Amino acid sequence: MSVIHLVVKEQPSVPLEAECISPDSFAELSNDEIRALRVYHGKRQCRVDDFFDVDGEKSDHIQIHGDVGRVRWLGRAMTRGTLQIYGDVGMHLGAYMKNGRIEVHGNAGDWIGAEMKNGFVHIHGDAGGQIGAAYRGSLRGMKNGTIIVDGTAGIEVGMRMRRGTIVVGGKVRDFAGLQMKGGTLVLLGGAEIRTGAWMTRGTIISLKPIQLMPTFRTSGPMNPMFMNVYARQLGKLGIDLPFDRRSGSYIRHCGDMSIPGKGELFVWQS
Amino acid sequence: MKITGGKVYDPANGINGEVRDLHIVDGKFADNANGATGGREIDATGMIVFPGGVDVHTHVAGGSINFARAMTPEDHRRTQAFIRTQSRRSGLGGMAPTTFATGYLYAGMGFTTVNEAAVPALSARHTHEELSDIPIVDKSSCVLMANNEIMLDLMERGEYDRARDIVAWYVWAAKSYGVKAVNPGGVAAWKYGHDAKGMSTAIPGYNKLTPGDVVTQLARIIDDLGLPHPIHLHCNNLGAPGNVATTLETMKHLEGSRAHIAHMQYHAYGGDDWSTMRSESAQLADYFNAHPNMTTDAGAVLFGDTVTITADGPWQHLLYKLTGRKWGNLDVENETGCGIVPYTYKPSNLVNAVQWAVGLELLLLINDPWRVFLSTDHPNGACFWRYPEIIHLLMSNDFRQACMKKLTPAIKGKITLPEITREYTLYEIATIMSAGPARALGLRQKGNLGVGCDADVVIYEEDKDIERMFGHPRYVLKGGQVVIEEGDIRETPEGREFITRPSYNPDTEAFLKPIFEDCYTMSFENYPVEMERIEHPTMMDCVDVD
Repeated sequence: MSVIHLVVKEQPSVPLEAECISPDSFAELSNDEIRALRVYHGKRQCRVDDFFDVDGEKSDHIQIHGDVGRVRWLGRAMTRGTLQIYGDVGMHLGAYMKNGRIEVHGNAGDWIGAEMKNGFVHIHGDAGGQIGAAYRGSLRGMKNGTIIVDGTAGIEVGMRMRRGTIVVGGKVRDFAGLQMKGGTLVLLGGAEIRTGAWMTRGTIISLKPIQLMPTFRTSGPMNPMFMNVYARQLGKLGIDLPFDRRSGSYIRHCGDMSIPGKGELFVWQS
Repeated sequence: MKITGGKVYDPANGINGEVRDLHIVDGKFADNANGATGGREIDATGMIVFPGGVDVHTHVAGGSINFARAMTPEDHRRTQAFIRTQSRRSGLGGMAPTTFATGYLYAGMGFTTVNEAAVPALSARHTHEELSDIPIVDKSSCVLMANNEIMLDLMERGEYDRARDIVAWYVWAAKSYGVKAVNPGGVAAWKYGHDAKGMSTAIPGYNKLTPGDVVTQLARIIDDLGLPHPIHLHCNNLGAPGNVATTLETMKHLEGSRAHIAHMQYHAYGGDDWSTMRSESAQLADYFNAHPNMTTDAGAVLFGDTVTITADGPWQHLLYKLTGRKWGNLDVENETGCGIVPYTYKPSNLVNAVQWAVGLELLLLINDPWRVFLSTDHPNGACFWRYPEIIHLLMSNDFRQACMKKLTPAIKGKITLPEITREYTLYEIATIMSAGPARALGLRQKGNLGVGCDADVVIYEEDKDIERMFGHPRYVLKGGQVVIEEGDIRETPEGREFITRPSYNPDTEAFLKPIFEDCYTMSFENYPVEMERIEHPTMMDCVDVD
């Protein structure tokens, strides 16, 4: 398997928009063609090799080494291949992606996997806000796929998500699952305030006690069968979701009653 | 300049596909005998020559479309972007295109004249600023009058002559070309939480004035003033099941006057509620065919995402309640209202499927192509840049039948489209997209390839793929200048604006001023749009109406 290596040689002084850096566009291109691809440094049009050393060609496996925290739109709308980043990465990573795999050994910015259709994103560090969310004005966020963040995340995680799974290891900030329409949001480290506000459907699972909105109604402890299935699937990804009734149960809350919504929020109690 | 060898379709002069040469001198068609030689020669052999398209009813400039642009950022991200070049400004297409993009998209489709159909006088200044930023095409606009409370009060008191003077004053103050009436009385009533659905029931807030009175009197006023374009009427009860009764009653109130019924598709429904809604276009077309005083545009619907924009505030509130999507609603002081709701037409939805069929049925059942025009009520039924799809549906029965297979099964027995086999000819298409609307607008120099008319021409490469043919003309000429060539924008000249100045009694201003200062937040002196604000104004004379 050949891999294309990109090494950061110069930090952009303002955000660099580089949606051309994706397995789809690199797959058929020679090294020279990849170097010549266009990126936008602010309003200026530049070449990929103004900022990166490029090694390799014609492959849909890409590795990026170095801090790309100011580089946006990496892997935008990708449909195949892998994108591995060793360093921090900027906003809109994997937005609109349809398939493939993104792995980040570092921290990520806001809007990762926004409005994605399918695929897999794993952030080993912390992430920003609006993970898998709908862009401003859109009706729906991510439609399918999986996003895993080992660290913490920012506000509006899973905002208006329609389907798919988001797992966050650390604590998320306000408005997780805002206007959620479906899908699953697993909060291993709990959340700050207003979790599930305006949710109409979907499932939020928190392993830590969270502050509930007054518009959620508590319907008591339970150990739903689907939690076993979730636990088995997430277990393959290295995530330990408790489900055994001998070790505890989930308190189910439903809401958001101000819509009124049919979403559910499970909080683990051992 | 010369265009040679093309098959010419010029309904205004009865020319149906004859091979002719066209001569252009100083931006107008000229007679060959008058020494029209020199300049460029376009060899149009084997190609099809149409007069430039004319859109009789569209919403492209002003407060409401701008509101819609602001409300739909999600569309801006996914839509066609116009990147700035030497000759072209940047912009965005999509559901509510930006001003410059609007000009590029219209011209790119062979349209050279558009009529902005709804301008509140209070925001006319804004509308004109935007119109002047729409390049290439020529423009006209209609000022909203049917809910102007000063005029309604005069009508209630029976002061017809004074009401006529007021209308004339507003047309000139807004530097408009015609008069639009939207849901007469209903939008005024909406400001108090009511609507006006019955033509013979007094408008809430008035003792005896009914929407029927407003329609009759306003149509007569416009004829008396001799405006080149008749009343441009959006009937009461838009969009509601069973509204065909209201529409027919409205048409009876218009007998003896000229009238243009806007987007008739939205006014041709039977049934009692959303689940029993059906097409009544056959009934409406019968009445319409027998009454030559009226013209109409289809207001056809195509499936997909769009944003609905209208002065009909109460309807837009209802639409928001039905969809639960984001919405906006405005009152424009004592003149009119405005509502915006993004909307998605789906073939699986019975109501949308009926609407889709009704738009096509009206175009196919109204016999005279000089009286029914191509429109989608942009952006309400669909965006204007999707006109080629409608042309395809009109010209091919097979394509229509194929599309009908995608409709919800509940549509069975609710539409008449499956029984209609008529197919439009190129000559008829040229009539409904150019010659007809130009005549209805009273723009004699448009939609006509005759000597002395504006040299607005669109040249298509003959193609079996109708949508591609009409969507990508080979050449578009505006005022004798080649603006589109080989699918590229070559020149972006500024268009003109058509304006009329109907006469009114000189004491009208003295009468209006105290009322104005009592009612409006704007001072009387600042209200009329100054002539200097209009770029390239062209004054159009009033006409004698029998």
